[in-house]
Amino acid sequence: MPKFDIYFEDRNYSPIQRLWLLFKERHPARIGLWLFLSLLVLAVLAPLISPYSPYFHNQEALLLPPAWSVDGNVDYMLGTDDLGRDTLSRLMNGARLTFGLSILSVLIAMAFGLFIGALAGFSKGVKSSFLNHLLDLALSIPSLLIAIIIVAILGPGLANTVWAIILATLPLFVHSISNSVREELQKDYAIAYRLDGASMYQVLVHAILPNIFESIVIVATMALSNAILDIAALGFLRLGAQAPSSEWGAMLAESLDLLYIAPWTVALPGILIFISVLATNLVGDGLSSAMKRRLEG
Amino acid sequence: MANYIVRRLGLLIFVMFCITLLTFSLSFLFPGDPLINLSGYQDITVTQLAVLEEKYLIDSNYISQYFSFLGRIIDGDLGISFNSQGPVFEQVARIFPATVELAIYALSVAVLVGIPLGVISAYYHRRWADTLILTVTLIGNSIPIFWWALLSILLFSLQIGWFPSSGRLSLVYEVPHISGFLLVDILRSDISYKYEALIDAVKHLALPTLVLSTYPTTVLIRYTRTSMLHVLETSYIKTARAKGLSPFQVLLHHGLRNALLPVVRLIGLQFSALITLAMITEVIFSWPGVGRWLIDSIYQRDYPAIQGGLLAVATFVIVVTIMSDILYKWFNPVSRTQVDA
Repeated sequence: MPKFDIYFEDRNYSPIQRLWLLFKERHPARIGLWLFLSLLVLAVLAPLISPYSPYFHNQEALLLPPAWSVDGNVDYMLGTDDLGRDTLSRLMNGARLTFGLSILSVLIAMAFGLFIGALAGFSKGVKSSFLNHLLDLALSIPSLLIAIIIVAILGPGLANTVWAIILATLPLFVHSISNSVREELQKDYAIAYRLDGASMYQVLVHAILPNIFESIVIVATMALSNAILDIAALGFLRLGAQAPSSEWGAMLAESLDLLYIAPWTVALPGILIFISVLATNLVGDGLSSAMKRRLEG
Repeated sequence: MANYIVRRLGLLIFVMFCITLLTFSLSFLFPGDPLINLSGYQDITVTQLAVLEEKYLIDSNYISQYFSFLGRIIDGDLGISFNSQGPVFEQVARIFPATVELAIYALSVAVLVGIPLGVISAYYHRRWADTLILTVTLIGNSIPIFWWALLSILLFSLQIGWFPSSGRLSLVYEVPHISGFLLVDILRSDISYKYEALIDAVKHLALPTLVLSTYPTTVLIRYTRTSMLHVLETSYIKTARAKGLSPFQVLLHHGLRNALLPVVRLIGLQFSALITLAMITEVIFSWPGVGRWLIDSIYQRDYPAIQGGLLAVATFVIVVTIMSDILYKWFNPVSRTQVDA
């Protein structure tokens, strides 16, 4: 931004630009965004930048404490576990599983939710009323319970967990998308568009979606923080990712017996889960408060 | 109102149909012989086979099999567990109160702590008390419950040693099983060590309740705060202030009543979240409830037990949700006048 305005210039920001300006006013939201982006980069680049393979056993270096302690070794920055695996590498690759897979499953659920939600939003009468009641009820069942039920049917495993989480977050998306589609359909601009002869598909893509897009993103952040917690919880209960996997919840479960002798193996995955959920929540809160302030002008 | 209740009950019946259908079809979806999965008898002899086939109508079509399944649910017969060889229904009925008890205490803590903090936070909107409460809330909302449970065990149980880290009651005490709610059972029993047992039970309860109540408390704080802020902006609050009432009086008489109505509904909805989180809490604290039992049976692929546990948990959650919806409509006349499209 220039410091001196020599000429009077009326600045007109696009809605997205205004959203970003309001978003970055709040420091917690910005910190959250940085954390979120760094976790995302970590999830993408993990296999390239991690010093060891997450499954590599070094028999010589069992239960090394982190490098800053007296017995630590700089080769193993965050220490090793009872099988001599490098904790740092495992945590990095875990970001790919816990964080990356959560994002992936939320995106898939969002795509399905968009489709079903739009259909539900356009429906009328008994069908819509019944669907609404059913969704209300489905929403009131916690996603973790749905995920546990689905895993109980499909059997334990990471792939099944991802499916379970997609199915468990679906009601949230369908509900919010169908509600906002229905709301937007009542508005004048949508009616005008329909009177111009636009088909349902055109109304949806050109009129409604651009307007509800931001609220979908906020719902997605809520879904994402739930998804991370659910994947990790299922991994911890040994219903999700199985033993050698470096998924953070599974890592925690595996090192439970080491709570006394190697507390870092329990503490670090927990901190990372906490940070990723916190970052997601901060971004989501920041976005929704920015949207609210943008409406207020 | 009557219309609404009928509609909700209709939904309840439909959902119960879906749940029972799902549970029933599980015995065919799970690997193995459906008859074994349904009945739980693993080594069926020839004479048993005839009896079981007749009982489970295994040779007739799926529809009559389903209805015989419904009949058996009503009779309280869910087969026997692979693992313990005991009847599933009785086991679930025996351990279910432990989960409900834990959830009730956690919910009470959440209500007693969450609502006042939410009100304080709204009252001091955008001042340091509000910021502090919101920050703590955000942390409590983001912390994974199993990790929080481990941290609290590490701190309160291993380091300071105030509370035991697992179980429901020390093995020294023996309390007769009457209602399944431990504190009630202790109070109603006529054992000589009543007082000591009560203290011990409360000590065992402390950590799981603390851990379990964290999430609902944060949700209640945030929700109460939003609802309160909403109410404080309305014109009747301004009128009350203009009349000369003190801010505290306005808050107590005009603010709270209106702000807490939506919160009441949320309390009911939190119960289902609590039952789910209770599963994780139970696993960590070795609490003998239905969640730990269900997760154990998933490990052991104990199919009749999985079916029974799922049926019980799902039914409970759905019934509580629908009941709280109906109660909310009952309490809140404003929501009743809105047309339920």
